[in-house]
Amino acid sequence: MSLTLHINGEKHRVTSDPDTPLIYVLRDELKLKGTKLGCGLEQCGACAVLVDGQVVLSCVSAVDSFEGKEITTIEGIGDTEIGRRVQDAFVDMSAAQCGYCTAGLVVAATALLSSDPLPDQDSVTTALTPHLCRCGSHPRVLRAIKQASGG
Amino acid sequence: MSLQAYPRISDWITVDDGRLIIHTGKVDIGQRISTALAQIVHEELTVPIERIDIAPVRTGHAPDEGITSGSNSVEQSGHALRCAARSLRTCLIHLAAARMGGSVDDWHLIDGVLHLTGTNHAIDLLDLIPDVAPNTRIDPDGQQNPRTPGALPYPKMRGLKDMVRGRFQYVHDLDRPGMLHARVIRPPHARAVLRGIKADVVNTLKQAGLHCVRDGSFLALAGPQEWTVVKAALKLAAACDWNTKRGLSEDDVFKRLIPENAQRFLVLDATPTDAPIPAALGQPDHAARFERPYQLHGALAPSAALAEWTGDVLRLHSHSQGIYPLRDSIADSLGLTLEQVDITHVPGSGCYGHNGADDAAYEAALVARALPHTPILLKWSREDEHIWEPYAPAMAVDIAARIQDGKIAAYSAEVFSDTHRGRPRPGPNRAGPSRLLANHFRKTPIGPIPAPPNMGRHAGMHRNLDPVYDFPQTRLVKNLVAGLPHRTSAMRCLGATANIFALESMMDELAQQVDASAIAFRRSHLDDPRALAVLDELDRQINARPEMADGCGRGIAYAQYKNQMTRVAVAIELSVDDRAEIRLLNATIVADAGRIVDADGLTAQLEGGFLQAASWALYEQVTWDRDGVFSSDWESYPVLRFDNIPNIKVIQLDNPNEASVGAGEASPGPTVAAIANAIADATGIRMRRLPFTRDAILEAAGRE
Repeated sequence: MSLTLHINGEKHRVTSDPDTPLIYVLRDELKLKGTKLGCGLEQCGACAVLVDGQVVLSCVSAVDSFEGKEITTIEGIGDTEIGRRVQDAFVDMSAAQCGYCTAGLVVAATALLSSDPLPDQDSVTTALTPHLCRCGSHPRVLRAIKQASGG
Repeated sequence: MSLQAYPRISDWITVDDGRLIIHTGKVDIGQRISTALAQIVHEELTVPIERIDIAPVRTGHAPDEGITSGSNSVEQSGHALRCAARSLRTCLIHLAAARMGGSVDDWHLIDGVLHLTGTNHAIDLLDLIPDVAPNTRIDPDGQQNPRTPGALPYPKMRGLKDMVRGRFQYVHDLDRPGMLHARVIRPPHARAVLRGIKADVVNTLKQAGLHCVRDGSFLALAGPQEWTVVKAALKLAAACDWNTKRGLSEDDVFKRLIPENAQRFLVLDATPTDAPIPAALGQPDHAARFERPYQLHGALAPSAALAEWTGDVLRLHSHSQGIYPLRDSIADSLGLTLEQVDITHVPGSGCYGHNGADDAAYEAALVARALPHTPILLKWSREDEHIWEPYAPAMAVDIAARIQDGKIAAYSAEVFSDTHRGRPRPGPNRAGPSRLLANHFRKTPIGPIPAPPNMGRHAGMHRNLDPVYDFPQTRLVKNLVAGLPHRTSAMRCLGATANIFALESMMDELAQQVDASAIAFRRSHLDDPRALAVLDELDRQINARPEMADGCGRGIAYAQYKNQMTRVAVAIELSVDDRAEIRLLNATIVADAGRIVDADGLTAQLEGGFLQAASWALYEQVTWDRDGVFSSDWESYPVLRFDNIPNIKVIQLDNPNEASVGAGEASPGPTVAAIANAIADATGIRMRRLPFTRDAILEAAGRE
């Protein structure tokens, strides 16, 4: 059996079992390896993607629940003006060390700024707290979001 | 060290296809060493950064620089490359003068091109490098290219543009035709033995096209689709029958960290010796014990490796920090020659020391040997990483001091810990194989073996046990305790975190006792002008800060990593509310790392060290009982998140004529102590055991 996913503006027929968490379909079947697996428990945020513009952690929910929805992964995030601005700001602020959390953070920041162009500190904290960074790039990520928001 | 082993320019710098290639044995683990090394070569040769590549770090090809650890990479690889690059510069100028005339003083390098003053003669340095005699040796004493003080270099971090686009390749992302994914089925705890597996479950899995690989109590599963393997591994785990024996020891580990259980060494000049240990300090004016629990490296990415056995050669891709020692240990484990094991470093996530990387590489190798001619990508699960990585050992530090005329006249520090040296590397008793986790479980097990004491200078638990201060009398003792419940190894800073936590907490308490300010009291025991400059700058920064509000506190601490590397002073402001919840508000870090190579990278390391230490101080501890470890994920082992990040100001004191020293481990020790000192300032409660959780603070408040 197969189902159709809309990812980064393209249709993909996928044949993975319908109970497969989305991230394994992205990485293993579609070879979109920019989305990172950190825990498989929705605890670290490394696997964040956008689904109809909302942040979704892709490491638990089964792929069949995403049929008919618009999925944006880190590979497609730069296609939007806000996404590109966030990526540029992360580069300007050197907002990464090992970079393993970066894709998830870029996705989360893009979703935040898309819904709230000038977020206050509480909104930023709420949006980012599901995401772990173990290298300690947090201050730079916060500065990058500030720059990307124009604030 | 690196220069002696690899004395030729071509060991370090070559040219290929119009690109300058740097060869190093140090690997980038997020600490930006590749950015720093390229910057060093750029400074000496002026070749634009865009034309500089770093060769893959691969056994048999890269210089063997041991393990990327100890904040040594700038001093070792960086120093070697600086010497190689400036020797090359001298050679090239002589070559240009011999070919095209002019005196050597009239040739100048601009953007990688040699120009002869007053003429239009110019030659691209990359075109000339192939003509340098291949055996040309490096002059280790040449002059480095001078730099104006304060003109700080800000190279852009390598790889960053790919990271933000999801294009940076980690070992987890590797893919090969015909590749199988693999998972390991773990025992309930380290002492368990596999009695048997339900045969019908194994048969069902085999019929579904999966491969079970068993060697004693080591059990793994491989198959073409990752999620299928993940699910099947759970089924296989449920079909296993384990003999759990006595389980893990539930004794209070801190009560076992005592002299009666220890191999003891008097530490003289930061080095353990067999000299007799003097009696404890009689009638001290101050005595206290400081403790740190077992803590995780907690890499964001579970460990992984790619392995393929060709029938003759084992090809491995690993995020190990030491591909040569790993190669030797794997070759010894499997009865292969060194030439038969070929390891290439591929980035993982940040590791902060010896995590599961080496173990995962060996496990991938075991699966690959059982399934020849098949690339095997083996990944640990989150639970694997939390439960099976080698932990930072639980530690205790007993300190005592006597005061005379407002100063410390005598100081005693006894440090207690299991080993910090669990990395696989060749040594007596097959030390390499015995430190690869899977060898403990194979049919013919190797190890674990008790760790011999690390007798190196500022090594292991006694890193920074020697006080950086001038105390007239010191008594420093290393106590190595074996037989504790968990496998342990090197984590960022080794013993320095606990030792500096103890010393700098004491400095704060004694400053109050003699009615001195925290900075003045430290100053009065220091005569190193660079240390004083760091403290003076911190003092200026603090004086410019507003008064602390009620319920808030400020603490400071100072340390110099290994008493010979980066000097760091930290001030932290925090609040403690009625529920004993701590909020980090503002932090100031002042650092002197010698000649700055990558100013932004240096700041990133100081900030990152600060935040990891804040996480250790406030949240992190491994918990377990006889049936196994509880700390299996980010809920059962909480860490610092975005909801408690202070404003951090970093001030660098640049000394362009001093040697560059590493800073990756410079800020954590003083950070932990500054947080404890700030809590004491805010509440009057002195915290002496990490982590300073709400429950721990309330308990300490009840005691006082």
